Amino acid sequence: MLEIKNLRARVGNKEILKGIDLVVKTGEVHAVMGPNGSGKSTLAGVLAGRAEYEVIEGSVTYDGHDLLALEPEERAREGIFLAFQYPVEIPGVNNAYFLKAALNAVRKHRGEPELDAMEFMALIRGKMKLLDMDQALMSRPINEGFSGGEKKRNEIFQMAVLEPTLAILDETDSGLDIDALKVVANGVNALRSPERSAIVVTHYQRLLNYIVPDYVHVLSEGRIVRSGGKELALELEDKGYGWIETALERA
Amino acid sequence: MATLTTSGGSVGSYLTAFDRLEGGRAHEPAWLRAIRRSAAGAFERLGIPTTRDEEWRFTNVAPIADNPFVSAPPVAVSEEAAARFVVPGIGGPVVAFVNGRYSRELSTLDTPLPGVTTTTLADALERDPARLEPHLGRHLNFTDRPFAALNTALFEDGALVVVADNTVVEQAIQLLFLSTVTPAPSVSHPRVLVLVGRNSQARVIETFAGIGPSRGFTNAVTEIVVGAGAVVDHYRLQRESESAFHIGHTQFQLGRSSTSSSHNVAFGGLIARHDAVAVLGDEGANCTLNGLYLADGVRLIDNHTEIDHAMPHGTSHEIYKGILDGRARGVFNGRIRVRPDAQKTDAKQTNKTLLLSDDAQVNTKPQLEIFANDVKCTHGATVGQLSEEALFYLRARGIGLDDARSLLVRAFATDVTGKIALEPVRTELDHLLAAKLPGTLAEMAFV
Repeated sequence: MLEIKNLRARVGNKEILKGIDLVVKTGEVHAVMGPNGSGKSTLAGVLAGRAEYEVIEGSVTYDGHDLLALEPEERAREGIFLAFQYPVEIPGVNNAYFLKAALNAVRKHRGEPELDAMEFMALIRGKMKLLDMDQALMSRPINEGFSGGEKKRNEIFQMAVLEPTLAILDETDSGLDIDALKVVANGVNALRSPERSAIVVTHYQRLLNYIVPDYVHVLSEGRIVRSGGKELALELEDKGYGWIETALERA
Repeated sequence: MATLTTSGGSVGSYLTAFDRLEGGRAHEPAWLRAIRRSAAGAFERLGIPTTRDEEWRFTNVAPIADNPFVSAPPVAVSEEAAARFVVPGIGGPVVAFVNGRYSRELSTLDTPLPGVTTTTLADALERDPARLEPHLGRHLNFTDRPFAALNTALFEDGALVVVADNTVVEQAIQLLFLSTVTPAPSVSHPRVLVLVGRNSQARVIETFAGIGPSRGFTNAVTEIVVGAGAVVDHYRLQRESESAFHIGHTQFQLGRSSTSSSHNVAFGGLIARHDAVAVLGDEGANCTLNGLYLADGVRLIDNHTEIDHAMPHGTSHEIYKGILDGRARGVFNGRIRVRPDAQKTDAKQTNKTLLLSDDAQVNTKPQLEIFANDVKCTHGATVGQLSEEALFYLRARGIGLDDARSLLVRAFATDVTGKIALEPVRTELDHLLAAKLPGTLAEMAFV
């Protein structure tokens, strides 16, 4: 599904990704962990098409296409979804309007008929229940005045509606209390299927108790320095990131 | 009358027109002829303004001064062509004019509303001049406003709307001023008077629209007199052609505890200027002046507003929003005057401009003149661009770049569009705005 080869990227003159290699197969969930500043969010941003990151070397192939050649909206329509670490507040655009426009853009691309207002409401009702979303949030401007938890739930709610094939969760757990974390994890798990993959970017192991990954990768200074199964996350929790760095220095 | 030598010499030609018309105005009441003479004198003294004039510093009207506009010959406009500019779903009467001339064919005046008189100004002057005498030309001060003076000297027709006391009018009254392409660019000076009685409610929609690429000049003046305890909603939709010249003045005179709200939308015109002036002439009056304008290409849209708090306990709210693309220019000047007697005044002014290109520019200036000490007055102005972060967020959900930009522009406008109480106007305005923007989401109702 996704093949990242020797990916190097920078912001301005600062190189942040220094050669990432990662293969995500259909149906797999990969966790990307690492200390602050290791390049986790940059990796997520590059995959979603953030303009401020400049790719200087390497390739990303998604479903056989050159992902880096696509505009952000084309990536979204091809089934890539980025759950933002900091969801954006957009005054004046109501949530329901926005999501309907997004869903229909994706459906149109897939050759499916666009949904009218009734069909759309019927579709989102069930998803709102899944994410324990207050219906009133739908008629409010996107993320405006939402609490931190509401914003993160809104991200996963959008994901549930758009049904991506590759979900990228950028520190979706940060700032969530345990109840909100469970709700968010439920939403993600409900989407898990043999056809879908996910990259879960997180600083802490906690989220991975609820979204259990198939693989865990540790990012440090722009490179993947360790890869393993879910037990690697527990080991990190135990020993801290210092353990990885010390091990690297020794090597 | 003597000819002034200013740029282009068109002042002289307007005064010649005044002299010629005056000869044929023996039937007009003496009071009106006196006002017209005084207005012609003011125009002669003021001339067509230049950018040396503080009130016109950023708006160069030399193309208007240099252009020998003529009076338009009669032009027929089809109902279909006119219908595009009538706000649908309103159901009230429509009074239509083509190049300043009343059009019986395009007007619907057959089902009068109870308590409401809607007629042409020419008709009213002939039949019932006494009703007009206390108001027509009495509320706006044209002594320092050359184009309002010119309109007062030269207007030939327009509309009169009179709402009796204690009358609630559900439907809105629509006044439609169409400009067409004429063999030579033409000028019209439409004049409107709206009189709303005590404790009444009324809504008036004025639309100024171009059919085809008109290069003409519309110089409009509207006076709205709001009686004690009355509530008036006024909508002004300026949809002239993008090659036309448009100058307008709307004057609100507010009585005790009355409320007026003005929604002033300007999308058209090569050079367009509007002055909205509200005088809170008695205690406890409430006034809203909102505006939305959009200009692209090399067009210029100038909005001047003036709120005159003359008496105590008045409130005013003002939001003007501008959208500028290409090499377009915007001008906003918002004056709030609080006179010594106007204690307990609460005035709030906001002006925001969205620049969609590097070459668009805006000149914005609040002018607070406060002579009372127990008042609350705030103002703020911002100039910004579309948020890159918001654009990326929308695109990351599959919405294309053009659609994302258009959505954010429509969102920017909601401070004005969303506050429009009359649903058909709100929807129409969002549609008109969406139609001016790229993208595919225009059909999806937004507000």
